[in-house]
Amino acid sequence: MSVSAPRSDTQLVSMQAISKQYPGCLANDAVDLNLGAGEIHALLGENGAGKSTLVKILYGLLQCDSGHIEWNGERVNIASPAVARDLGIAMVFQHFSLFDSLTVLENIALGMAVDADATLHLRIREVSERYGLPLDPDRSVYTLSVGERQRIEIVRCLLQDPRLLIMDEPTSVLTPQEVNELFVTLKRLASEGVAILYISHKLDEIKALCDKATILRDGKRVASADPAVESARSLAALMMGDELSDVEPRSSSAIDTAIMQLSKLNYPASDSTGISIQDVNLELKQGELLGIAGVAGNGQDELLRLIAGEVMPSGGSSIVVKGLDITNSGAGVRRTQGLCCVPEERLGHAAVPSMSLTENVLLTAHHRMSMTSLGLVSKAASRRFANEIIEKFNVQCSGPDAMASSLSGGNLQKFIVGREILQNPDVLVVSQPTWGVDAGAAAAIHKALRALAASGSAVLVISQDLDELMQLCDRISALCAGRLSQTYPTSEVTVQQVGLLMGGAALEAST
Amino acid sequence: MIRLQPRAMPSKLMGYLAPVIALCLTLLSGLILFALLGVPIGEAFHAFFIEPVSTLYGLSELGVKAAPLILIGVGLSIGFRAQVWNIGAEGQLILGGICGGAVALYFYEVEAWYVLPLMMLAGVIGGMLWAAIPALLKTRFNANEILTSLMLTYVAGLLLSFLVHGALRDPDGYNFPESRLFHDAALLPVIMEGTRLHIGAIVAVFVVVAGWVLLSRTMLGFALKVNGAAPRAGAYAGFGQKRLIWFSLLFTGGLAGLAGLFEVAGPIGQLLPTISPGYGFTAIIVAFLGRLHPVGVLFAGLVMALSYLGGESAQITLNLPVAVTGVFQGLLLFFLLATDVLINFKIVRNVRRQL
Amino acid sequence: MNETILLAILTIITAATPLVFAAIGELVVEKSGVLNLGVEGMMLVGAVSSFTAVHVTGSASLGVLAGMFAGVMLALIFAFLTLNLQSSQVATGLALTIFGIGVSALIGQPLIGVAYEGLPKVQIPVLSDIPVLGRLFFGHDILVYCSIALVIAVSWFLKRTRAGLILRAVGDSHDAAHALGYPVIRVRYLATLFGGGCAGLAGAYLSMAYAPMWVENMSAGRGWIALALVVFASWQPSRVLFGAYLFGGISILQLHAQASGTINIPSQLMSMLPYLATIIVLVLISRDQGRIRRNAPASIGKAFHPTT
Repeated sequence: MSVSAPRSDTQLVSMQAISKQYPGCLANDAVDLNLGAGEIHALLGENGAGKSTLVKILYGLLQCDSGHIEWNGERVNIASPAVARDLGIAMVFQHFSLFDSLTVLENIALGMAVDADATLHLRIREVSERYGLPLDPDRSVYTLSVGERQRIEIVRCLLQDPRLLIMDEPTSVLTPQEVNELFVTLKRLASEGVAILYISHKLDEIKALCDKATILRDGKRVASADPAVESARSLAALMMGDELSDVEPRSSSAIDTAIMQLSKLNYPASDSTGISIQDVNLELKQGELLGIAGVAGNGQDELLRLIAGEVMPSGGSSIVVKGLDITNSGAGVRRTQGLCCVPEERLGHAAVPSMSLTENVLLTAHHRMSMTSLGLVSKAASRRFANEIIEKFNVQCSGPDAMASSLSGGNLQKFIVGREILQNPDVLVVSQPTWGVDAGAAAAIHKALRALAASGSAVLVISQDLDELMQLCDRISALCAGRLSQTYPTSEVTVQQVGLLMGGAALEAST
Repeated sequence: MIRLQPRAMPSKLMGYLAPVIALCLTLLSGLILFALLGVPIGEAFHAFFIEPVSTLYGLSELGVKAAPLILIGVGLSIGFRAQVWNIGAEGQLILGGICGGAVALYFYEVEAWYVLPLMMLAGVIGGMLWAAIPALLKTRFNANEILTSLMLTYVAGLLLSFLVHGALRDPDGYNFPESRLFHDAALLPVIMEGTRLHIGAIVAVFVVVAGWVLLSRTMLGFALKVNGAAPRAGAYAGFGQKRLIWFSLLFTGGLAGLAGLFEVAGPIGQLLPTISPGYGFTAIIVAFLGRLHPVGVLFAGLVMALSYLGGESAQITLNLPVAVTGVFQGLLLFFLLATDVLINFKIVRNVRRQL
Repeated sequence: MNETILLAILTIITAATPLVFAAIGELVVEKSGVLNLGVEGMMLVGAVSSFTAVHVTGSASLGVLAGMFAGVMLALIFAFLTLNLQSSQVATGLALTIFGIGVSALIGQPLIGVAYEGLPKVQIPVLSDIPVLGRLFFGHDILVYCSIALVIAVSWFLKRTRAGLILRAVGDSHDAAHALGYPVIRVRYLATLFGGGCAGLAGAYLSMAYAPMWVENMSAGRGWIALALVVFASWQPSRVLFGAYLFGGISILQLHAQASGTINIPSQLMSMLPYLATIIVLVLISRDQGRIRRNAPASIGKAFHPTT
């Protein structure tokens, strides 16, 4: 950096002893956070550690039960996001608050509480050029990619000339290359004196970007650290406490017998907002774990629904499982043939939120686990199976009658993955298995997937989390704009190379 | 300030209690309404709620009115669970009446055992055909079934009017818009001497049981519930959504058609320009009041039947307009929807200022 | 121009006007993400209230106001139930219609057979006297002009004003709008009440200008047709105007055909036309799912409960 960051002795923002109680959980327990101008400060913690609650309080979306906030040394009451904006606080959310049917210009106008006029149009163009964030103000949001959507949020924040920019897990939707570009922008902002509060659980990013780190665990601030000094491992230890365990060394159990073949799989997008699956070819071997990397919104959902049998591919496509062509079979037949799936969205897709676990078992397990007799459903059988899942996968819940929506994300995910695994499928396709799941549950799910592969089944993991795939899988490929790259053994490619695949490029001199 | 706080689990107790609270609130506002209309409250209450059911004949009439409501209500409650909003049951009822009535008139003066079963079959098929139109338009063209089924109700009413003015008019009826009176073989057997209570009431009870088994014990019933609660989960499970839409509409259409046939072959005994006092619409309230549960529908059907009888009785003894019945029915549905909130939410005192 | 054709066009305008009011109101409601199926009920109560008011006071403007007020009151019930108590919008809309039919029949009991001369026509000196064109464009009652002005105003409001932008945003994603600090519930309340007022006005037009008298259930499904018109218009105000005149045309032409006796088709079958046309139009529009998805407000019909 050529410009040195202006620093002052008084903190720009100081959150002191912030506490926030939710029914049944203390989300923030007397948390302190201090941030100076021009500082890039990491807020580090596992899912559920209280990071989001803390920044929502800072941005005025939530009110703390006790504690207070100082801005430039003065006590302030941030009653709403409007107050936060007036102070000079801007926030880029993890899940963008965008309106799909409106234009970029209108979205930014709404986010800034100004009129969508020619002046704003001009300013958007200026800022986006200045910071290397190309954006057309007149495009409708639904036509944009996830990366472009994030750009809207960032440009919107920058238009407010913020003094503090909060970024909530900004890189989870970006390719490694896009992440690098984002970091250049953020460092430039910091050099101009903007403070950045950067929320993440990705340790290498924090080491590459941040000046300071505050680490949260179970709602408490457990440490402040200098990421440059700490190792990724020591940061992880602070973040996870005693849950940290060494990753088991991977040993492949793959046998060279194909169990599922996808060939020339094609599926046209239902409308302009969807992704078309184009010419996907894949061979899944017995006993292997195969990963499909990719940034969200590149056709992962479509691919899963195609394999699961929720939608039918166009002519010429073929899906073969254990030698049987199931291209035109429905989801039920596919399950009977040994192909089980776990979609990304837990509530509303993989499980019915308003139904009990016993009923949710019936959703997929009735095909393989004989739960009907004489056309009538056997509640006892599905209840038995629900209990078995709860027990074997250590699902924390009030019992098989608990509503699916009453479970935490991690426990529900364990239940859903358990429901499919205990049906002993020959092929399991699972999408984003540990998205938004706490570390303990993630480890349990990974272990179960490995065990399933070791028993001779094939597992296809679709995930945005590249680290997860590199750690878990024998082979890896990437999905970009509905096209699947070639497949490579994970031991022979680097994260950067997979990043290229995720961006749609081909690896030239790969082994 | 009070505010709503979501419950961790829906309250089972409130599920049963909410309809009772709603009924009480309706009763209360009914009394206020009577007071506003300048009617002595005690008399009005007696005329509306006691008198109609104080005699055996009155009770039998309750059955006569409740039977079509329950038949259609069971169908609707199953369809509504699957989020298939067939609100044109009135039209399907009319078509059932037309088709069944046409069979009766075709076999006029034929004294055979098979006439009545044929009429029932025709009634069911007529209702199903009418419901098949919105089903086809929904599954093929994605057309909203609320609007199409409702538009078809108006069309059905006009069709009935057209037929009793023309093709099905009594040739010896001095041009009155009505058909010939059905022959005995085409009339429903009465199950209680001296009343109009016909076998439709027994069929209704049977349908309640069948609906209950379907909904709670079969995969089809489960699939319908899943499709309503989380359609994407239904697709994931492999329950074809189109199949469920077709089933919901045809099932309700068939039952509504049967109810229509029961009306023309039972209490009415011929085809008239109007064969239903809005049973198809009232059944919507019946379905909701019965918690979209067939057994609940049985009780709700009786309650709503009473509102019809009460309206008639109040008209005779107190000269109150029949429209009071409609007001009551609407109020009841409002209160029911309002009290339903208690199932999923707790009412708590707000201690802190809400954002 | 042939006198009969001119008369037919004039009656088309009166037949279309209530549809314009009801549909443009519902369009605003739906744009905010609320589906109110109770238009038919609100129209009926509006019709009977305005007719009562005009009958009692003799003032046409009080009549119109009473109709709007009644519509707003019914919409208020709907808004309270769906927005505060989270009841199902579909079920509540149906309840509103059932309630409206009952209440209007009750209130209207003494009004059956009462005569009213109808809304006065606006006579503009000179202009109204131009042959044909004068009668075509001038000399309607004031509400006809209001209805067209309303469509233009709503179109301008939605496209050009900040409040309109916020309303569209709330309809597109209530969670995002809430996250940005916009008052979702308040916006939806205002939109719903506006829709109620418009439906009441539509009813007032029916009983005070179109009929002009009170008949039980006189809206005869127009509230539902208005709902279909909003879909037909792909949620665009100018197309609502077009659709309403198209439907007005269909219903008037079948009436004229019946009256003139030139076409030998039984009246009941002719009367089916507007309903069948509605179905056909719905099918034609809805078959293009992508188009519906692009134009329909994304959060329509979904309950909103602020969690933070």
